[in-house]
Amino acid sequence: MGRASSKEDAGALFHSLRSAYAATPLNLKIIDLYVGFAIFTALIQVVYMAIVGSFPFNSFLSGVLSCVGTAVLAVCLRIQVNKENKEFKDLSPERAFADFVLCNLVLHLVIMNFLG
Amino acid sequence: MATMPILPNMPALDLIKSFKLKTKQQELLIRVSILCLVYILAFITRLFSVLRYESMIHEFDPYFNYRTTLYLTQNGFYDFWNWFDYESWYPLGRIVGGTLYPGLMVTAALIYRILHFLRFAVHIREVCVLTAPFFASNTTLVAYFFGKEIWDTGAGLVAAILIAICPGYISRSVAGSYDNEGVAIFALLFTFYLFVKAVNTGSLAWSLASAFGYFYMVSAWGGYVFIINLIPLYVLVLLITGRYSMRLYVAYNCMYVLGMLLAMQIRFVGFQHVQSGEHMAAMGVFFLLQVFYFLDWVKHMLSDTKLFQAFLRITVTCAVAVGAIALGLGMLSGYISPWTGRFYSLLDPTYAKDHIPIIASVSEHQPTAWSSFMFDFHILLFLFPAGLYFCFKRLSDATIFIVMYGLTSMYFAGVMVRLILVATPAVCLVSAIAVSATVKNLTVLLRSKNKGVQTGSTKGSSSSKASSKALLDQSQPFQKNGAIALLFGAFYLLSKYATHCTWVTSEAYSSPSIVLAARGAHGSRVIFDDYREAYFWLRQNTPPDAKVMSWWDYGYQITAMGNRTVIVDNNTWNNTHIATVGRAMSSYEDEAIEIMRSLDVDYVLVVFGGVTGYSSDDINKFLWMVRIGGGVFPVIKEPDYLVNGEYRVDKGAAPKMLNCLMYKLCYYRFGEMLTEYGKPPGYDRARGVEIGNKDIKLEHLEEAFTTSNWIVRIYKVKPPNNRW
Repeated sequence: MGRASSKEDAGALFHSLRSAYAATPLNLKIIDLYVGFAIFTALIQVVYMAIVGSFPFNSFLSGVLSCVGTAVLAVCLRIQVNKENKEFKDLSPERAFADFVLCNLVLHLVIMNFLG
Repeated sequence: MATMPILPNMPALDLIKSFKLKTKQQELLIRVSILCLVYILAFITRLFSVLRYESMIHEFDPYFNYRTTLYLTQNGFYDFWNWFDYESWYPLGRIVGGTLYPGLMVTAALIYRILHFLRFAVHIREVCVLTAPFFASNTTLVAYFFGKEIWDTGAGLVAAILIAICPGYISRSVAGSYDNEGVAIFALLFTFYLFVKAVNTGSLAWSLASAFGYFYMVSAWGGYVFIINLIPLYVLVLLITGRYSMRLYVAYNCMYVLGMLLAMQIRFVGFQHVQSGEHMAAMGVFFLLQVFYFLDWVKHMLSDTKLFQAFLRITVTCAVAVGAIALGLGMLSGYISPWTGRFYSLLDPTYAKDHIPIIASVSEHQPTAWSSFMFDFHILLFLFPAGLYFCFKRLSDATIFIVMYGLTSMYFAGVMVRLILVATPAVCLVSAIAVSATVKNLTVLLRSKNKGVQTGSTKGSSSSKASSKALLDQSQPFQKNGAIALLFGAFYLLSKYATHCTWVTSEAYSSPSIVLAARGAHGSRVIFDDYREAYFWLRQNTPPDAKVMSWWDYGYQITAMGNRTVIVDNNTWNNTHIATVGRAMSSYEDEAIEIMRSLDVDYVLVVFGGVTGYSSDDINKFLWMVRIGGGVFPVIKEPDYLVNGEYRVDKGAAPKMLNCLMYKLCYYRFGEMLTEYGKPPGYDRARGVEIGNKDIKLEHLEEAFTTSNWIVRIYKVKPPNNRW
């Protein structure tokens, strides 16, 4: 595969991904935005740790894990709410959201205990 | 639904008939009553030692747990969590709050508080003694629900019954065995059940529950490492076999992140989930899942497969490269610690013998013999492969899990005797599937003729199959007889299992170890309560700040019952300290007194079985003291104590053996003792020989106390002589 064609491939890939993504419903896009924000926050924390050092390691871990945890939980919510998933057909979105809130509550309570 | 008769003067038979329940309710009643009986049975069968002796704590480790629970109930959780114990490991002390698994103590303290709230004024010791049977009963309930999840309610019931009396579990959860495993096996099975339920339903609530179950397991036992490695392995197997689904993603991710965070709250575990090599599998699978499902999502969005292939190639190479670099950097820089000796010896069983004699010396860490398997499992041993066959016939996410759990735990049970306990729930569940499926098939065969005529039944699908079978089976009239015979055979086997389990529990696993029993000359029972006699002598006749040196086996008991400071105890966290004690015990008296003075030792305690024939005494353990001492101090050489490779204590023993401190302390004044009719004085009944050095003189120690059967002997270290 020549260079030019791989570049074309990348371009085509990018465009088709973009157009496919544009078709997703709005509520899923909001969840995706939240996930992106959480991962971005985690990355900032890791960069900060690389600069400053990881001394209160429990604080660093709790910060990063709260971002990663809430991102993962949001992805789980997205999976459960997505109409295209046949497995979660009979799970009401209210129930999915309630589970999401409960898990986030537990997550943040543990984080606050661990933060030191 | 019972229709109440309107006329009050109906005959009695009609009254009873009118209460006839529908079949579904009958079934529910049977199930509930079976579960109640099993619950009670699991509790009762563990009470042998309480009935025969008294309600006391057994063995060695439970005494430490009891002491910490006592401290917890007296001083509250904050003091317990931050407790620094200066009464053990003199002069180092031990950070108890940070080096124990608090689950057991907190559970017992909670039960104690609830009972006191309900105005039952029980002593904490009673709660401690009965915690393990209580949790064994709870385990049977969890086994029922787990069996129901994997197969059906019949398998659940059989699993509950099998695990209620299985000797492999009883061995560590008998009343009085107040040890981590009593609670941990409940937590293990509970966590596995919740996780399998989460994978089956894909609900975040069940995953959260399994994270809490994992937290309870981490707080209870160091064996949680098994869970955190089995579950990622299971996820990997599901991914490879193509059974992955969205439910798996939800279940594993929620459980891993929340479980990891909760687990790090236990001080003893600390940051191991991100720093230890034993936990890296879970993290690796976590990242693998993210990549895998991300690729799956992109594939779903892209309609063109060629583009997707390109994307796939790029992402996979990037992910693998990043992962390999991160793992390599972590291991090389030492940030990710390698597998610790305790768990490494499970993968490489010869490792401990060569490198870590302390781990090799524990009797529970020896490889398992077939007789142990038969003793602990009985018929489950051949029902297990049968159950595996049934599981493979009807593969689902849940049965794959139980197969993996069974196979991995059986491998580890073969490596170390102690781990038969971890294999027991898996073996019981898989065997239950075999029993339940077989009995069900046989009874279907039995009822097939009737079902062909009747149309109404509860098990609809099986009856339709049976009716079609009935038409086919007209040609084999002996099938019903064969089924009856096989059913009788199955019931005979199960009753033999019940008899065996009860016999094993009564004979082998109900001894408190701290109180010994034997048959006297006329068949009457003789009780040797020497250990407690010695500890209470220590408690009442020595100054409160006295320091006692003994082998590490007795440390916990001395601190708990004797209430005195010890040099080393069963925690064995400091090998050098133990080696110092081993060196002191194996040296001549003049060298040993130097070591004892440097450690401020006031009393020395040894256990001697020569008079009673008790074989777990210090002379039989002496070679391990030499090995451990010699491992750190090369001046102690094992061949010095052996004659032609043989370990002897009689006239032909090595001179170093005849004059070392342990020999002198055990056999002091024993040369005058007549132990058995027709044998010379100084005949050691445990070794079966007449001892070699009968004229022992002690220069720096004096005998303080010897118990009534000479089992425990306590010596006082004399202060240095006056210069003049």
